[in-house]
Amino acid sequence: MTITIYVPRDAGALSLGADDVARALTSRTRGPGREVRIVRNGSRGLYWLEPLVEVATAAGRVGYGPVTAADVPSLLEAGLLDGGAHRLCVGPVDELPWLASQQRLTFQRVGIIDPVSLDDYVSHGGFDGLRRALEMAPAAIVQEVTASGLRGRGGAAFPTGVKWKTVLDQRVPTKYIACNADEGDSGTFADRMLMEGDPFMLLEGMAIAGLAVGATQGYIYLRVEYPHADRTLREAIEVARAAGYLGADVLGSGRPFDIDVRLGAGAYICGEETSMLESLEGRRGEVRVRPPLPAIKGLFGAPTVVNNVVTLATVPVILQRGATFYEQYGTGQSRGSLPIQLAGNVRRGGLVERAFGLTLRELLYDYGGGTATGRPIRAVQIGGPLGAYLPVSQLDTPLDYESLSGIGALLGHGGVVVFDDTVDMAAMARHAMEFCALESCGKCTPCRIGSTRGVEVIDRIRLGIDRERNLALLEQLCDTLLNGSLCGLGGMTPYPVKSALQHFGADFRRPI
Amino acid sequence: MKNTPARAPDAELRERIRKLAETFRGTPGPLLEVLHAVQRAVGYVPPAAVPVIAEALNLSRAEVHGVVTFYHHFRHTPPGRRVIRICRAEACQSMNAAGLLAHAQSRLGIGLHETTADGAFSLEPVYCLGNCACSPAVMIGEELHGRVTPQRFDELVTREGQGA
Repeated sequence: MTITIYVPRDAGALSLGADDVARALTSRTRGPGREVRIVRNGSRGLYWLEPLVEVATAAGRVGYGPVTAADVPSLLEAGLLDGGAHRLCVGPVDELPWLASQQRLTFQRVGIIDPVSLDDYVSHGGFDGLRRALEMAPAAIVQEVTASGLRGRGGAAFPTGVKWKTVLDQRVPTKYIACNADEGDSGTFADRMLMEGDPFMLLEGMAIAGLAVGATQGYIYLRVEYPHADRTLREAIEVARAAGYLGADVLGSGRPFDIDVRLGAGAYICGEETSMLESLEGRRGEVRVRPPLPAIKGLFGAPTVVNNVVTLATVPVILQRGATFYEQYGTGQSRGSLPIQLAGNVRRGGLVERAFGLTLRELLYDYGGGTATGRPIRAVQIGGPLGAYLPVSQLDTPLDYESLSGIGALLGHGGVVVFDDTVDMAAMARHAMEFCALESCGKCTPCRIGSTRGVEVIDRIRLGIDRERNLALLEQLCDTLLNGSLCGLGGMTPYPVKSALQHFGADFRRPI
Repeated sequence: MKNTPARAPDAELRERIRKLAETFRGTPGPLLEVLHAVQRAVGYVPPAAVPVIAEALNLSRAEVHGVVTFYHHFRHTPPGRRVIRICRAEACQSMNAAGLLAHAQSRLGIGLHETTADGAFSLEPVYCLGNCACSPAVMIGEELHGRVTPQRFDELVTREGQGA
């Protein structure tokens, strides 16, 4: 009987040597003996165990990690092919508490299937949602998404169904689905994992969106820093087209829908939706003044659904299992599940998908196991470079939209970055301003000029020059950015700066 | 830009760029796609490519120049044989990316946005490679590396230097 071994092709696993491991396994299991098939899956999201090698056994998939190519001979000697004991063996992967305690809806197949195998996807429930959508009226699809309570997972948390309804209501022949895969926030990698680990789910979600609003063309705006996701997506699109899931006649319905991948070019601002549309049109990624909303006048002037990867990839679950199923997860106005990305200085980092409401403390200690350096946690940043820094006194905050906004923070795209007690928060505040200056599109003055002045003011504070006056000036400058900027870049850069001032003020007042 | 390309693109290069640009004529909003294609083929976007692309796509030179200079990814000068991108974003900072960057600069003897004298390596900053649970992250060409220690960085440079 053929033995199946899984070695991830996820970029994170590759960054730790997964290709070398796969090569060593291939060469050492070749020849007489049992036949071995190596599947290149996505990552399960347990990055401290990557490269995580799994072998299919009668007792389920047994894992070994982190594996290097040098470990392969001893693993095979220990009976890897039968799930044998070895110092790297972690047992049945599905039973690891880190994974078993999660509620994986959007990430249900990531790390489990071969990402570009249509058979794998379909046998794990893939395209059930699209098939159901094909039997529904557009308004009924939109209603299902609205009832699920799904909100945009890119960061803005706008109700997805409401956005779709606006596009559906526009009576024009040409509309677009634009997927925002410009995952630029530090500490986030959920989009990348999905695109590399289960790309068909994103394509299915986009096709459903197309059916719902009457769009026939979709674009995935992918950041150029993700070459692995680029290759996987393009391969998946080819496979889906060849099998009739995309193209002129989706599953014989007579309705067309197709998808192209467009690459960004290293501009963080292009994750902002109107800037992304400008970039998709081949222009400088300068933000547009709203109104009009992209749902009314978006890509090439046509009504456009702009949604993040995770949002669109969650839609097939909703169509397959129903709005009620999805909506039963979560808390308050935060319905469903949230793929949290646990990153930075953390012992067990990775992808934790749970219903909204997990507290930061549970996340950082139960899942994360504290810092990687073994020192105490001092600060966490939630929601990317424009997210607030929280002190340990706020770790009992649940991770949902309302609770975080209650303490002046935002969930963003669900990235949580951990810092130990060696962090200099004045330096982090300076970095926030510096990053804003570097990435500002230049269209509005508070962001373009204010960010550079922000760096200078923080430098003077750190040097002790007129410190109290400059601290007051920094607060004023933050208010100007917050209230006067056109988009979230200038408008939210004050979050990390102000929270650093509020919770870690001593770092700004160090003796020179 | 601090140094101009070694030589102006000759007629052959201009012709190559014109042909590349024309293959995207039917594509909606083609300029970024064209610039990517040019950079893949030539290694950077030579300033002399701007009027050629503008003419092929029926855009003004100013529009093309404006786009080329807006995006960090597009280079105006030839890169080294390997481009090393070191992540400077928050998650990597929490794992001492600043120390790694300082080490890289002294190991290579160049600063950010510079190329080694032998043309082997260019060093660029990047703000997030999406490998934030395996910080600090480095990308060499299109190959991603995680949990890069100074020692690992030296090994990679030695290995890549031989292949470059």
